[in-house]
Amino acid sequence: MSLKQTPSQTIGPFFSYGLTPEQSNYPNLSSLSSNSLLTDSTIGEKIRLEGKIFDGAGDIVSDAMIEIWQADAEGCYPDQQSSGKSNSSFAGFGRCDTGVDRQNKYIFETIKPGQIDTETAPHINVTIFMRGLLLHLFTRIYFSDEIRSNSTDTVLSAVPVARQKTLIARKVAGVIPATYVFDVFLQGENETVFFDI
Amino acid sequence: MLKSQFTARDWGSNAKYLSPSYKSTILRSPNKPLIPLKQTLSEITGPVFGHHSIKPLDNDLTQNGVTDGGEPLGERIIVSGKVIDEKGSPQRGTLIEIWQCNSAGRYIHLNDQHNAPLDPNFFGGGRCMTDENGYYKFYTIKPAAYPWGNHTNAWRPAHIHFSLFGPAYVTRLITQSYFPGDPLLELDPIFMATPKSSRNLLIKQFSIDTTEEGFALGYNFDFILRGPNATPMEN
Ligand SMILES: [Fe+3]
Repeated sequence: MSLKQTPSQTIGPFFSYGLTPEQSNYPNLSSLSSNSLLTDSTIGEKIRLEGKIFDGAGDIVSDAMIEIWQADAEGCYPDQQSSGKSNSSFAGFGRCDTGVDRQNKYIFETIKPGQIDTETAPHINVTIFMRGLLLHLFTRIYFSDEIRSNSTDTVLSAVPVARQKTLIARKVAGVIPATYVFDVFLQGENETVFFDI
Repeated sequence: MLKSQFTARDWGSNAKYLSPSYKSTILRSPNKPLIPLKQTLSEITGPVFGHHSIKPLDNDLTQNGVTDGGEPLGERIIVSGKVIDEKGSPQRGTLIEIWQCNSAGRYIHLNDQHNAPLDPNFFGGGRCMTDENGYYKFYTIKPAAYPWGNHTNAWRPAHIHFSLFGPAYVTRLITQSYFPGDPLLELDPIFMATPKSSRNLLIKQFSIDTTEEGFALGYNFDFILRGPNATPMEN
């Protein structure tokens, strides 16, 4: 016998003092996670990941919460750390409120993830919540400078070719730390691929 | 190490992305169908939060926002219950975060324009971890209904926002829990977007056993998350 799952409801517009308190300037609570995944002992190539979320009218969404979940530079998720080969100080999880940045970008400081296996290109898992989304969206960020591993990635190959580009963050030339831009389009011609997992 | 994949999202239990009577869904719901993705290690692992991240008053909203030595105004309540998966297995050590408006229907968030008063002794945020048996407990103040701009004379029924992780990336859940007998429920497009057969899963139950004598009324609210499916995956 299986029970019914508790239904999802929208995060609404007023989540930040509860979920991203320090980042959003509500000092009543400490944040359990932030938009920087880096600590002094993080190993790997530091990167900056940023983008905007556009609604169906082309307006930038200023009240979304983005969460990311990623492997470390060795391709290990934190709960595999018992394997001993991964970087145990790396939490792999970050959160960002798009209401903070003046242009309403989400911004993460993190490291480039390694490959979790040979069929999977380096990628970051993304969850999107906002007013107007009754159920959160899942997508993935791949990297424009990983052409070879992207071409053999099983998830990317399951996506129609014309839409694969919506999953690939573009590297900005000549910036340190390496910066990748990944915009999300909720609707329209360039609608981002969202996954049913 | 064996790790399980998880059962699918329960689409029959959830609202459709496009639910036009909730106006914000019109420009924010994807138009194209979701693309199925076979779960990999990315989906069946998930962030871990240690018990050390929670402070003693984090689950007590009647105390954690006091700024002038007094107490928040309104009706004290207890909201407790358990987190289980579809098979009924308790989910221990899972992070639950909550946020809500005060007893006048006002959020502390700067974008809330409702001209009901703020309460200097209440800010409305908290969190806790489920215990060894999957149980959690919050002390708070009963939130009030508040108006919103969705349609003429629109009022949200009183609710508490909940955010849960569970054991994996795929078990993430953000939802709202309502109060029994609220006449605003059937007028609320956010609540009503959920299929009728699952709406009761969003409503707390009054519990005299949870109620603390002389102090606060008790409500019970359980969460049911996606569970492992039958076939384990070799890692
Ligand atoms: Fe609300």
